[in-house]
Amino acid sequence: MWRWLHPYAKPETVYHLLGRWLPWVAGTATLMLAAGMVWGLAFAPADYQQGDSYRIIFVHVPTAMLSMSLYVGLALSALIGRVWQLKMADWALSAIAPVGLTFTFISLVTGAIWGKPMWGTWWEWDARLTSQLILLFLYIGVLALYHAFSDNRSGAKAAGILAMVGVINIPIIRYSVEWWNTLHQGSTLTVFERPPMANSMLVPLLVSILGFSLLAASLIFQRMRNEILRQELRRPWVKQELAELATQQPAMKEQS
Amino acid sequence: MAFESWQAFIEMGGYGFYVWLAFGISFAAIAVLVINGFGARVKLQREFIKQQQRQQRLAQRKKEVS
Repeated sequence: MWRWLHPYAKPETVYHLLGRWLPWVAGTATLMLAAGMVWGLAFAPADYQQGDSYRIIFVHVPTAMLSMSLYVGLALSALIGRVWQLKMADWALSAIAPVGLTFTFISLVTGAIWGKPMWGTWWEWDARLTSQLILLFLYIGVLALYHAFSDNRSGAKAAGILAMVGVINIPIIRYSVEWWNTLHQGSTLTVFERPPMANSMLVPLLVSILGFSLLAASLIFQRMRNEILRQELRRPWVKQELAELATQQPAMKEQS
Repeated sequence: MAFESWQAFIEMGGYGFYVWLAFGISFAAIAVLVINGFGARVKLQREFIKQQQRQQRLAQRKKEVS
């Protein structure tokens, strides 16, 4: 039944498959992001309470959402890596972590910048902000552990265990605005009800979310390809691939 | 358009500093990530070329000795 899946467990196949998808995903991401940013910054109406400062939402909400869903993806690949001993799941972990880390960083910084004019402070030790900061530390920890061992498998194992334990933080972030009294406003988007947001703001926000998701995907593809090459460096197909690339760039040959 | 002039667009109703700072930092962070990804690939290629040249030199020296 799952026979058709087997070729996809081969690093070489995955490398070429991701390479074929990468330009399309990255291209669509760029278009979507450009559209979402221009729409959000210039065409969406100002908020009746927050004026134009609310436009930060068009980076803040997509990156914050993705920082959490990327972490779930990270933990899932850690689980697959531990349970089925799949090397490529471990490599995916190392490809997802830097992207999630950057998105968490962006959500924290844009949140602080938005907080200054609206709340009068850059930072407050409230539930939402603190749990998101812990997410940043979890990402840093996973990345550090992954690269801390000279034996790559031990690193992946340690990083994977931290990644799985850290999942407990995700529902805490998600529900922090409901469980505790916090400065942070409630969820902008709701799955089962119509979000309490005008369409003129909601549509550019959804476009931005789609754009950032595709951007995350293309960054992960890029990093996954790099990690496959790095791990399989001794294999003939990698040597061939790198040799081809070297002949395509003769300037680099002279440099080294 | 939500703004009447370029000036108004830059000013963002008085929140210009915050809005542009937030967007600027986000853009910079993503740029770093993208450049870092390409850099890793270039580094792999360089290492590979160096390794190959070393092997070639070794092979040549072996020939000269024998």
